[in-house]
Amino acid sequence: MAKDKITTSNSKPIAMLKVLNPFHIWALGVGIVLVGEFMGWNFTVGKGGAYASLIACWVIGLLYTCVAMIDSEVTSTVAAAGGQYTQAKHIVGPLMAFNVGLYLVMAYTMLCAADALVVGDLMKSGAEVMGYANLDTKPFVVLTVAFLAWLNYRGVFATLTLNLVITFLAFASLIVLFLSVDPLHQGVILQHQALLTDLPYGWIGVVAALQFGMWYYLGIEGTCQAAEEVRSAGRSIPLGTMGGMMTLLVAATITWFVATGLMPWQYLGQAVTPMYDAATLLGSSQLQLMLFVATAFAAIASANGCINDASRAWFSLGRDRYMPVFFGAIHPKYRTPYRSVLFLVPIAISFAFTGLLDQVITFSILSGLLGYTFMTFNMIKFRKMWPLGSIHRGYIHPFHPIPAITLLTLCCATYFATFLGYGASLLSIMAFYILASIWFVLRRYKYVKRADQFTMPWPRPKGY
Amino acid sequence: MSKNYTPPKQGMFGQIFDTILVLVLVYASLMVPLLFKAEAKAEAAAASASAHVQVSWQSLGQNEIQQQQWVKLGYDPEKAATLINSRFDYTIDPLMLIITILVVAGYFIFMLKVSDKQYREVIREKFDNK
Repeated sequence: MAKDKITTSNSKPIAMLKVLNPFHIWALGVGIVLVGEFMGWNFTVGKGGAYASLIACWVIGLLYTCVAMIDSEVTSTVAAAGGQYTQAKHIVGPLMAFNVGLYLVMAYTMLCAADALVVGDLMKSGAEVMGYANLDTKPFVVLTVAFLAWLNYRGVFATLTLNLVITFLAFASLIVLFLSVDPLHQGVILQHQALLTDLPYGWIGVVAALQFGMWYYLGIEGTCQAAEEVRSAGRSIPLGTMGGMMTLLVAATITWFVATGLMPWQYLGQAVTPMYDAATLLGSSQLQLMLFVATAFAAIASANGCINDASRAWFSLGRDRYMPVFFGAIHPKYRTPYRSVLFLVPIAISFAFTGLLDQVITFSILSGLLGYTFMTFNMIKFRKMWPLGSIHRGYIHPFHPIPAITLLTLCCATYFATFLGYGASLLSIMAFYILASIWFVLRRYKYVKRADQFTMPWPRPKGY
Repeated sequence: MSKNYTPPKQGMFGQIFDTILVLVLVYASLMVPLLFKAEAKAEAAAASASAHVQVSWQSLGQNEIQQQQWVKLGYDPEKAATLINSRFDYTIDPLMLIITILVVAGYFIFMLKVSDKQYREVIREKFDNK
C-alpha cells in the first residue's frame, strides 16, 4: 500500500519539512483571501446595496475574528497537517473529521476554480483593451491551475515564498489605488454623495449581503493547514493569522470605499473584476496596468494557497484511510503530498469551466460556513475535555466562550443569508454532505484504524 | 481488555471505485443548482428580449453622475437596463425555510451523535488496550 511506501530505508516515516515562519503563515492566509478584495466581495452590493456591503464587511469581520481566535488556540495545540480536520479527529470523532476534511477540500478547490476563472476573465478584458475581442479564457484557466499545481508538487517553501511576494505587491496596489483617488476630498474623483443610495432591499438586503461578505475573508483559517510545516506552531500560527486578519480588515475597508465612490451599485454588484474597473474609470493607463497585474497576482496567490491547503486536507484524509490510502503518500524527494496535488487539478479546472462565478463562490462559502459551525462546538468540547492547565497550549484565546457563541450566532445568520437568493444551492450542498456521511458510516469507516485516530500525547479526555 | 480492531486492506480496484463515487457525488450535487441557474438565466434573457421597450437614463432612475460613470464603463441605457432591472426576490417561503432549518440542524445532530459513538471506540482502544 502507498502508506507502507512512505518510509526511508531505515524505516523512519518521511515527514514534511519544517521550514515556514510567521511571514509565510501571513502570506498563506492573506494570499488565499486577498483576491476577495479584488473580486467577489462586490456581490454583497448586488444582494443588499453599498451600505449593506459595508455592514456585511464589518459583521463578517467579527465572525472571522472569532474564527482566528479559536483557530489559533486549537491549532497551536494540535500542530499537525490537515488543520481543522485533525482537530475534529482528536476532539469530536471520525465522522465529523471526515466531513471537516471534505469542507476544506471543497471550499479550497472551489475557491481555486473561482480564482482561475478570474484570471481568464481578466485576460479577456486586457485583450479587449488591446483590440482583441472574444478571447477564449479556457487556456488561461488551465495554464494557471497547471502551473500552480507544478509549483505545489515541487515544494512548499518555494510555493509560499512566491505567495509572500505577490501578495505583498497586490496589497500595495490597493494602497496606491486608495491614494490615487484623493480620498480626503469628496466630489473631486470619488462621488459617494451621488452614487451611494439608500438600502435598495431594506434591512433584509443587509442580512442577505452577509453571504458574500464572507468573501472578504474566506480562507484565512487556511493558515493552520501548514501547522506541520512551521518551525514554531505556537508562535507562527497566532502571529500570522491575527496579522492577516488586521491586513484584511484594512484592505476590505479601502476596497469598499474606493469602489462605491466610483461605480453605480447595480454595476458594482455584478462586476467580475471591480478593482480593475475602478482603475479603468480613473483614466490612467499606469493605474489600469497596475490593477491588471495586481488582480492577476491576487488571483494567482489565492489559487496557489488553495491548491496547497486542499491537497493537504485530501492527503490527510487518505493518510487516515477516510479516503483511499493511495492519496496519503508524500513525494520521497520534494516531501509534498504530490498525488493529492495532481488529483485536485482536473476538478478545479472543470468547475472553472462552468463560468458561473457566483455559484462557484457560493459552494466555496457554504463549505467554509459548515466548517466554522463545526469550530463552535469543537472549541466548547476542547475546553471541557481538556481544561486549561491539563495540556500544553501554544496560545489561549481570551473571553471563552463568548467568541464561540458569537461565531455560532453569526453562522446561523449567514445560513439564512444564503437561503435568501441561493436556497437551492444550500439544500443541494447539504444533500452532498449528508450522502457522503452515510457512505462513510456504511462503507469507509471499516477501513479506519480506531486507535490511530488519536495521536496527540494528551491524557484521556474528561467524560470519555 | 478487548482486542484492537484490525481493518481489512482495501485493494486498488476498491480505492478507484471509492474515489470515482465521491467525484460522482460531488458533481451530481454541485451541478444541479448550476444547471438551474443556467436555465433561469436563459429564461430571463428570453423574457427580456420579448419585453423590449425604449429605455432612458431617466426611466432607469440614474442621476447625472451615475449616468457619467455608466458611460465611462461602456454602457448605454439599453445595455445598463439589464443590470439595473435584475433584482433578487427575497420573498420567504415558510415551508422551504422550515425544510432548510431541519436539514441543516438534522445533519449536525446526526453527525455529532455518530461521531461521539465512534470517538468512544477510538478512546477505548487508545487508552484501554495499550
